[in-house]
Amino acid sequence: MLRLENFTKQYATGDMALKGVNLEISSGQVVALIGPSGAGKSTLIRCINRLVEPTSGSALLNDINLTKLSSSALRKARRRMGMIFQEYALVERLTVMENVLSGRLGYVGFWRSWFRLFPQKDIDEAFRLLQRVGLDHMADKRADELSGGQRQRVGIARALIQDPELLLVDEPTASLDPKTSRQIMRLITELCTERGLAAIINIHDVALAKMFVQRVIALRSGEIIFDGSPEDLTPEVLTNIYGEEDWEATIKQEENGNSENGEADKTVKDK
Amino acid sequence: MAVKINNNGQKIWKRRDRRAQLQNWALWLIGTAIFMFCWYQISKATNWYFVWDAGRIASDIGSRAMPPKWSYINELWKPLWDTINIATLGTLLALIVAIPIGFLAARNTTPSKLFVRPIALIIIVSSRSINSLIWALLLVAILGPGIFAGLLAIAIRSIGFCAKLLYEAIEEIDRTQVEAISATGASNMQIMIYGILPQVMPTLAGLSVFRWDINIRESTVLGLVGAGGIGLQLQGSLNTLAWPQVSLIILVILFAVLISEWVSAKVRGAII
Amino acid sequence: MSNAETANYNGRKWRKPPFIKNPYKRWSLIIISVVYVVAAFATMEVDWQRAYEGLERGANFILSFARPDFVTRFTEISEGIIESLVMALAATVVGVAISIPIALGAARNISFLPIYLICRMIIAISRALNEVIVAILMVAIFGFGPLAGFITLSFSTIGFIGKLLAEEIEKSNKVQAEAIRSTGSSWMQMINYGYQPQFMPRLIGLSMYRLDSNFRHSSVLGLVGAGGVGATLNTAFSRYEFDTAAAIILIIIVLVVLLEYLSSLIRAWVQ
Ligand SMILES: Nc1ncnc2c1ncn2[C@@H]1O[C@H](COP(=O)(O)OP(=O)(O)O)[C@@H](O)[C@H]1O
Ligand SMILES: [Mg+2]
Repeated sequence: MLRLENFTKQYATGDMALKGVNLEISSGQVVALIGPSGAGKSTLIRCINRLVEPTSGSALLNDINLTKLSSSALRKARRRMGMIFQEYALVERLTVMENVLSGRLGYVGFWRSWFRLFPQKDIDEAFRLLQRVGLDHMADKRADELSGGQRQRVGIARALIQDPELLLVDEPTASLDPKTSRQIMRLITELCTERGLAAIINIHDVALAKMFVQRVIALRSGEIIFDGSPEDLTPEVLTNIYGEEDWEATIKQEENGNSENGEADKTVKDK
Repeated sequence: MAVKINNNGQKIWKRRDRRAQLQNWALWLIGTAIFMFCWYQISKATNWYFVWDAGRIASDIGSRAMPPKWSYINELWKPLWDTINIATLGTLLALIVAIPIGFLAARNTTPSKLFVRPIALIIIVSSRSINSLIWALLLVAILGPGIFAGLLAIAIRSIGFCAKLLYEAIEEIDRTQVEAISATGASNMQIMIYGILPQVMPTLAGLSVFRWDINIRESTVLGLVGAGGIGLQLQGSLNTLAWPQVSLIILVILFAVLISEWVSAKVRGAII
Repeated sequence: MSNAETANYNGRKWRKPPFIKNPYKRWSLIIISVVYVVAAFATMEVDWQRAYEGLERGANFILSFARPDFVTRFTEISEGIIESLVMALAATVVGVAISIPIALGAARNISFLPIYLICRMIIAISRALNEVIVAILMVAIFGFGPLAGFITLSFSTIGFIGKLLAEEIEKSNKVQAEAIRSTGSSWMQMINYGYQPQFMPRLIGLSMYRLDSNFRHSSVLGLVGAGGVGATLNTAFSRYEFDTAAAIILIIIVLVVLLEYLSSLIRAWVQ
């Protein structure tokens, strides 16, 4: 569904953030992208929907080459890719509902969006999504009145209302506490399963990544150095990715986490 | 600051070392020289005979101006209403023009840094550099005397002020909020109204009220050059040396200014 | 999440919550605004005929910016500009010098009540009176010429600097000042050592800002006979010598830009 070929990015400052990345993700597959800070994870995601222009190589979404699209075709293509941000990136001074509906901007015209006259089916869907993420009672609150976890839920609803096939998720939990992080990761992966979405999730918390995904890709200095299942992330591999550290604790923590979380908080709500 | 050791081996402390001290003295010297030159120019152009008489003249004017001619107030209501309209409509007009110019001038929203942005900046600078009274003078020469010239003068002077504050606010917005909106596939205009406008809205509201307050003050004197408002009455009274009317007009202007300051403080408080 | 909660949102309406919640207040505000604007336009006496005839003159004026005439009235222009600059500079120096004691007196934390009230009153009067009105009075008292303009600008500088500097002093750190006070110093010493270092950068910044706004104001004082380039400009307009007027306006713009640049340099250097 998504195929990156020789994907390269060199910033104006000269940094080679991506060095010829090749990658294929099939429909409905959720992938965790790990790697040390500065490895190029954010750059990779942003080059796919061209918030950052890749330098060379191609990104094919359902055989459409995203890197070659004109700006209006790119807007159409962006509707198929939902994005979730580390700092939530909600428009702080708009209400929760407006933030969610802003996910439909690619589908409605200028004047309708100016007067907030979204089609009723979009509004229905927005309410359904808000209910799904547990925030339907907050539709008219302003985004800056929410807690971090609540904001990220709004961010998720905004990405999903686009009706995407692919989610691009950049460190969704980096600004959240451990419990909320887990709830948010679970919510994202559950929603991907429900809707059959593919996703690339940037995450620096290896334990959390292993808990929720079937495929892990590791990036170091702009190159893929690992691509496999979470079980194959042995201490040696992790040392190769991140450098020398004691990895046993990280791996243990993940096992404990798994068992403890099996039955407990299934509902996702934090108020 | 410097610590030195003198011949006896004692430490002496001085606030500045020798070079900094010299530099400091040189700056003061140059500054004083410039000021003396300015003062010389002013005093050369001054008729000191008049100035020695100033105390007597001031008290003379004061005694003529008191008490104000209260009955004259009835002729001031219409000019006062005109003054408020000049300021208010002028501010509105200025905002309508300043908002697009602000977007064209901000580095992160301008369509072209090479062509459009410099033009927008030139408009801003020209509008700001010229006092509204001079704009009024010019517009009276072009359009003839009246409120319309005053209104346009206020608007033209305010465009630069509003656009400058607006574009500075636009350049300081949080970029990730804008990125998030662009990532949904929104068009440029939609990015503007969803990603940028909400972020600069408080600035925009604050500066409108602020400018309105300033414009009330400025529109009180536009009449001096024939551009309508209460300044017209002031000019007339000054020409006929009707000091009791002058004092009443000044009182009315002070009152209007105080009210406008109070209103703008209230509105700003409500917005922010 | 219970079953009852999975309510059916289909068809539920949504409108952006209005800025003013109370509908009576909202509608009366809207109606008042509309009535005001209509009334304002209705009572505005505009001689459209005259305005229309003026368009040609307006076009002439704009064209004259393409061929500004610096030469014909060179002496008047240069003398006027120098006079404006001189007035602005001298008034800034004197105004700032006077406003320092006034600001100290108007800062609630270091002043005594009677002095505080007097200083605040001086500041309020200076801020409320438009320069042009002050200039008219000064011309009446001191006669025509730059002295009246100089006094006017000094007076308005006092209001501006006095207010902002007093606020700065009120904000400044008490602990530093108390530390100085506790060494047994006098009031003057406390100001000199405890407060002056704190407000000095701000004072220099404000003075530089005031220098360029004094220059801008000085260009109009000539209209009422208080010296500066305004008189020349007035003559040029009344004789419809638009190319001379354009030259003067261009000079003012360039000088304002230069002064603004200079003051930004100095402010950056001080901070
Ligand atoms: N806007 C930018 N301009 C220049 N260099 C950048 C920019 N953004 C990121 N980089 C560089 O690109 C590399 C990858 O950064 P990034 O993609 O943010 O890594 P990660 O998300 O994995 O921490 C880093 O070396 C970083 O310094
Ligand atoms: Mg990153």
